This record gives sequence, C-alpha cells and structure tokens, in this order.
Amino acid sequence: MSKRTFVVWRGDKDGGNFVEYPVEVEEGMVVLDAIHQIQRTSAPDLACRWNCKAAKCGSCSAEVNGNPRLMCKTRLDDLPGEEAVTVKPLKSFPIIRDLVTDVSWNYTVNKKIPPFTPKKGADFIMQQCDVDRVQEFRKCIECFLCQNVCHVVREHNQKSHFFGPRFFIRVASLEMHPMDALNRIPQIKKEGGLGRCNITKCCTEVCPEEIHITDNGIIPLKERVVDQFFDPVQIVIRKITGADKPQPTEQPDGVGDSK
Amino acid sequence: MLDKYETHEHDVVIIGAGGAGLRAAIECSARGLKTALICKSLLGKAHTVMAEGGIAAALANVESADCWQTHFQDTMFGGKYLNNWRMAELHAKESPDRVRELERWGAVFDRTPEGKILQRAFGGHTHKRLAHVGDRTGLELIRTLQDKGIHQGIDVYMECTITRLLKDGDRVTGAFGYWRENGRFVVFKAKAVVLATGGVGKCFKITSNSWEGTADGHALGFEAGAELVDMEFVQFHPTGMVWPPGVMGLLVTEAVRGEGGILRNNKGERFMEKYDPKRMELSTRDVVARSIYTEVKEGRGSPHGGCFLDISHRGAEYVKRKLPSMYHQFKELADVDITKEPMEVGPTCHYIMGGIKVDADTGATRVPGLFAAGECTGGMHGSNRLGGNSLSDLLVFGRRAGIGAGDYAAGAPAANIADAEVEAAAAEMTGYFGRPNPESPYKLHIDLQNMMQSMVGIFREEGDLTTAIAKLQEFKQRYEHVAVEEGQRMYNPGWHLCRDLKNMLICSEAIARAALMRKESRGGHSRLDFPKYDNYWGEHNIIISKDGPAMKVEPRETVKVAELAPLVEARKAKESSK
Repeated sequence: MSKRTFVVWRGDKDGGNFVEYPVEVEEGMVVLDAIHQIQRTSAPDLACRWNCKAAKCGSCSAEVNGNPRLMCKTRLDDLPGEEAVTVKPLKSFPIIRDLVTDVSWNYTVNKKIPPFTPKKGADFIMQQCDVDRVQEFRKCIECFLCQNVCHVVREHNQKSHFFGPRFFIRVASLEMHPMDALNRIPQIKKEGGLGRCNITKCCTEVCPEEIHITDNGIIPLKERVVDQFFDPVQIVIRKITGADKPQPTEQPDGVGDSK
Repeated sequence: MLDKYETHEHDVVIIGAGGAGLRAAIECSARGLKTALICKSLLGKAHTVMAEGGIAAALANVESADCWQTHFQDTMFGGKYLNNWRMAELHAKESPDRVRELERWGAVFDRTPEGKILQRAFGGHTHKRLAHVGDRTGLELIRTLQDKGIHQGIDVYMECTITRLLKDGDRVTGAFGYWRENGRFVVFKAKAVVLATGGVGKCFKITSNSWEGTADGHALGFEAGAELVDMEFVQFHPTGMVWPPGVMGLLVTEAVRGEGGILRNNKGERFMEKYDPKRMELSTRDVVARSIYTEVKEGRGSPHGGCFLDISHRGAEYVKRKLPSMYHQFKELADVDITKEPMEVGPTCHYIMGGIKVDADTGATRVPGLFAAGECTGGMHGSNRLGGNSLSDLLVFGRRAGIGAGDYAAGAPAANIADAEVEAAAAEMTGYFGRPNPESPYKLHIDLQNMMQSMVGIFREEGDLTTAIAKLQEFKQRYEHVAVEEGQRMYNPGWHLCRDLKNMLICSEAIARAALMRKESRGGHSRLDFPKYDNYWGEHNIIISKDGPAMKVEPRETVKVAELAPLVEARKAKESSK
C-alpha cells in the first residue's frame, strides 16, 4: 500500500489555510475515500458534503488539483504521478467550513422559475424522440459545478441578475416539454440574464452527467429569445395569428382535496 | 426557557425529504396547512435519488393483462405473505394514480411506441410493470416532487438533523435538532409530526445506502413509544459492486437483469438454473442474493468475491441507452466496459422491510400526533420487498401520511413543549464534547458495521445472534464514551456521528433480537439452523417496543383482510402447483 499526501483547505468564512495529510492509497481509490480516511484517522471534524458516493446526488463537488470535480468519481490513479493532491472548496460560493460552501443561491434561483404547467386538456401522449432532449436536461444532479465554473458567476459574481447554466437547462427542459403551456423566454432574457452567457462552454466541459448544456440548452434558448424579441417577421406572424396570447392551462392533479 | 433556542411553529412537521417526506409535504401544504420539511442534507439529495430501476404500478401500458389484483398478489408472494394486507392492497390500487400524477407534475418517463409511459420487467413482477427513466428513476421522482413542492409554500429546512421528538404527555408536539452548518439548536413545534427518514443501511459494512441511512426514524419513533414491526427482515440486494474497495456495496440496478442480464459463476455456469429455474435472474431479491452468496462460499465466485453479471449480449447502443449510469459507473470507477465484458457483483445491504408500525390508511403510529411513511415504516413489504415497489410505496403512503397528519393537525389543539425536555435534548448533544477517556465515534461505527455484517447478515444462526446481542450491550457501554474534541460545533461530522450511533445501536439491537426470535427462514431473514418455512411464523409478525430501558419483543398474529383472502389463496395454490 502506497502513501500519498493530500493538501486540504481548512477554514471558514474568516479565512483558512491548506493542511497536509498523509493518506494510505488503496487500489481504485477516489478522492472522497481519501477525505473519509482523513476524517477517520486524523481530522474527525473535517467538513465535507457527500451522500451517495456514486455520482448520483451531486453533493461532493470540490476543486481537485484546481479542477472542479465530484470527489466520488475522481480516481487517484487518474491524478498525475506521486504529486500531492490539492482539495479545496468550490470558489464561486461563500465558504461555510472546510470543503462545504453555501449553495443556497441556487435554490433561490430555482424557486423563481415557474413550474411545469400542463396545457389544458394535455393527454400526455408523447413520443420518445420528442422527450429525448428534455430527458437529457433532467439528468442534471445539481452538483453546481457548472455554476461554479461559469465566468459570469466565478469572475464577475453577477448572481443577482443571472440564473447560471444549471437553471438555463432547467428552463430549457420546461420550454421543450411537449405538454408545457408557459412561456419563460421573457423571464430568461431579462431576469435570467441569458445574454450574459457568451458560450465559452466551460459549463459543458465540467458536467459529470455529460449534458450538452451549451449546444443543446443555452444556444436553443438564445435562438428563442431572438425569435420572440428581435425577429420582425415572427413578431408580425404572431400578431396576425394571435399566438402571443397566453394559452389556457389547468392543474388537474387534485392534490389536497383527497378526502 | 424555550426562547433560548430558535423556535419554529408549524401545523405539520415532516422529518425527511426523500420521496415519502416530499409527497407528504405536498399533500399537507396543498390543504392549506403550515408545513415544514426538514432534511439532513440539501434538498434533492436524499437517498431516493439513488433508486434506479423504476416505479411499480399496474398501468398496463405494455402488458394489458396487468391489474391491481396481480400487483397485490405479486407483492404478497414476494413478501411471503407476512405483509400488512391492507397496505399491499392500497399500494397496488393507488400506485397507477401516483405515477400519472407525477407525470402531470412534470416527470418525463421513457415512452412506448404509442407515446405512453413505458414499463419494464423486474424481479417478482408477473408483468412488465416498472415505469422508468433509463436507470435514474429516483432522480426523476425526487426532482419532480422538489420542483412541485417549492412552489407550494412548504418551509424547507435544509441540513438540519432531528435528534429527539418532543412530547406533551402522550402526544408528540414537536422535534428538537441542530443545524449542521453552525451546530446551533433548533426547536420545531407542531400539531403533528411525520417521520419519513428512510433506511438503516449504515448499520452494516457493505451497503448501498448513503451516510444518511442511520435509522433515525426507527430510533426516534421507538424512543417516542411507537411500535416497530418486521425488523428482522433486511434486504440484501443481490447485485452491489464488489470492486474497487472504495465502492464496495454500491448498487448495480436490478434493471440490468430486467433488461436481460445473465448471472454466471467462475465456471461460466448460469447458476440461477439451480436455484429458481422458472424465474432465473428475475427471481425475488432474497433468492438471488442467497444464490450468489452460496456460489461464492462454495468456491465458484469471481476474483473479487462476487459473481459475474453480463449484459454485453444486448449490444453497446442498447446498453448505453437503457443503462447509462451503470455504463458510466463501471467505466469510471472500475475500468470495466459493461457493453463488452461482465460486471462483478455481490450482495449489499439495501433496504429494511421492517420499521415503524402504522395504520395503513393514515400512516398513524400508536403515538398520538406521530405519523410515518416510506422505508422507516414496516408492513407493506412483508419479509421481502420487490424491486420497484419502494418508489410507489413512497408516493402512495407519503400522500396518505400527509392526509392523516393533516386531518389530525386540523382538529388538534396548539402544541405545548416542556422546557425540561428541550433542555435534556440539548444536554445530550453538548454531552459529546470533551468527555474523559474518549472513544472515537468512527471506530465504534466500524466495529458495529463489521459485527452486524458478519453476525446479523445474509445468513444467521442462534449462536451468532446471541453473541451479537451481547456485543451490542458492549457497544452501548462504549457509546457512553464516544466524544469529540471540545469546541467546534460548525459542520462537525464527528459530532454528528456520535448522535447517529445511538440510532444505529437501537436499530441493530431490534434487528438482532427479532432475528433471534424468528426460528425459520423467510424472505430477507435466513437462519442456517432453521432453513425452512414454519407455519406458526408464517402467521406472525414480530413487534418491538420500548419497555422502560429494555426492548420488548413479541410475536403478534398477522392481520388479514377477509375480502382479499381469495386473491391470496389463489396465488398460494398457483405457487404450490408449480
């Protein structure tokens, strides 16, 4: 069994520093295993979020050797040679403690997006090919790595008027749902700050679910913004056909009246 | 004295934000009740997210012969007839509505060629019955409920752990807990409380459960006076990863077998032909898990102590489309390309059938004001749960517990909480700091997991179980000394584990004591010294309750429903004629 040095950021909102820990390396080990070993052996109070340890819950996001990763699927044998492994918290969110950051901004943004609202009389007969794209976006495990690397958030901290890639694809999944009645394009243009994204694809690169965030989500949304706000022909057609009027919706679920 | 602590007052407080908790919260808030949803992790990260294969509901979209009666019979046969009949009936009848409702809330299931919800085959289900989204159905369920719930005015309290239910006389009127973030204490006052805390997998060494599966609801309910039922029945899922060591126990979805995966031993034999020639790989989970265990024990295992599971014959394209997370999981964590080579798999502790005894229709426990739903309850699945019946269980009984708790809260007087109870709860939590002769909570946890795995695991016998109970008394002594260094209360996992250990010790003892009492083998309980079914035990559940400082363990006759008897008898006759 070989040893490897881990350099882990320890501290809180008032500051902190990197602390070195020796780790016994086992075959097939991932970074999260190393963090757990450090907790068991030398730092029982080392703070770290994790849940499933199977890349399904998106809790254990951190920056490993400078790369935003899920710790549970970053294998030590994929990290170069014998060098020390550096682990630090996501840069774009406020620190709580050690590797744990305050990601509550993401929950605030999600709440602003109007939920799925079925068309009146929707029969929910949908072909697989019509929902493939929506399903791709719904693979998102909310690890927030894309939010963390987006330069609008990371370098310019424009959280107050920007939804970020995670919520652009959330909006895309609703807009492309064959049975949804609402139009969230005005919101994503204005409040969501879609125009601030200049499609550098950093979000797509870090997505552990390999969602094509930029190509399949953000760019089609940008096209819809253009259609609705800047295409004179489309504007005239909508005026004539009345397609810009809101469509009637229904909430057929019956929750709460189940006596 | 209460104003010393942050206090929140609600009509209904729901503890746990997986499928059952979220569904209960949606029901309560839709009825205009002030509803709190408390989660140990961030919202949307609960263990439900790990459910892969699908949600069982007799929609009859793929096989038109399916109906609730057959689903009921399959569930009863899977549970070896120890199920709560009424729960199995409600579950079979209502799950199709719950699935359709999920679709109307925005869930996007895989489709049939006609554009309806696609259903796949699964172990123990007569028909293709599992509505699914590839192999990430749990994520779809939790995300849909989450997005529905946050727009309904539910107050969500994230990263908050409940350590005690607070009572006013006999009635539960609130809960006490701490914020993970800063370690401060918080009190919730409520007219009704719903436990929806999930499972207990962290009592065992090899488990598919996340850190959250520490038996919280089982222990909180027990301590508050609720009864536990069927605690001896622990489901070892047949297929967990066995290599590399760090991911040992990680789930390999039953959908692999549902999609045609074949199990082989190191001689290349399709060994299920020996154990269940009719159902083969799609036999019930208890049977497949024992078969794999036996193959390994008799020297026919794979290099890392499991067996081989092969899906490569279905072709790379198909496998990647239907089992995308399995493809990635093996590729990234084990360097195995499942479209070309077999996986190595072995049993892993996955689910507990036992739990808090509740009224089938309302989720009410025997304690006034206390309700429960989901994996922390018992009865629905009898001695063995069928795959796919868990997600449907969460929705059907989450909703029902929401209605039950909502009705109760609507007619209940305001909640009172005694200062002394709150002070005792706070003292318990601060007590872990700076004890003399400290015991490491991590060390005690590992010792507990190893002991439970080897002595109360997949095969059990009297000697081991007696030793296990003695060991647990020893662990309880050691628990009195678990401690963390003075000071740090912010996001301190060592401190949190100290308290979690108490829940796991209570639950482990309940499992071991019930396992010792049940002198037969049935479903998720296999006794080497009593390898056969026993008629007496086929008609009795084991009930556990708090008796002063002791644990009372008693058999109680299984309650049947007369109108359902013909269905059950018909299934028994059919199985015995095979």
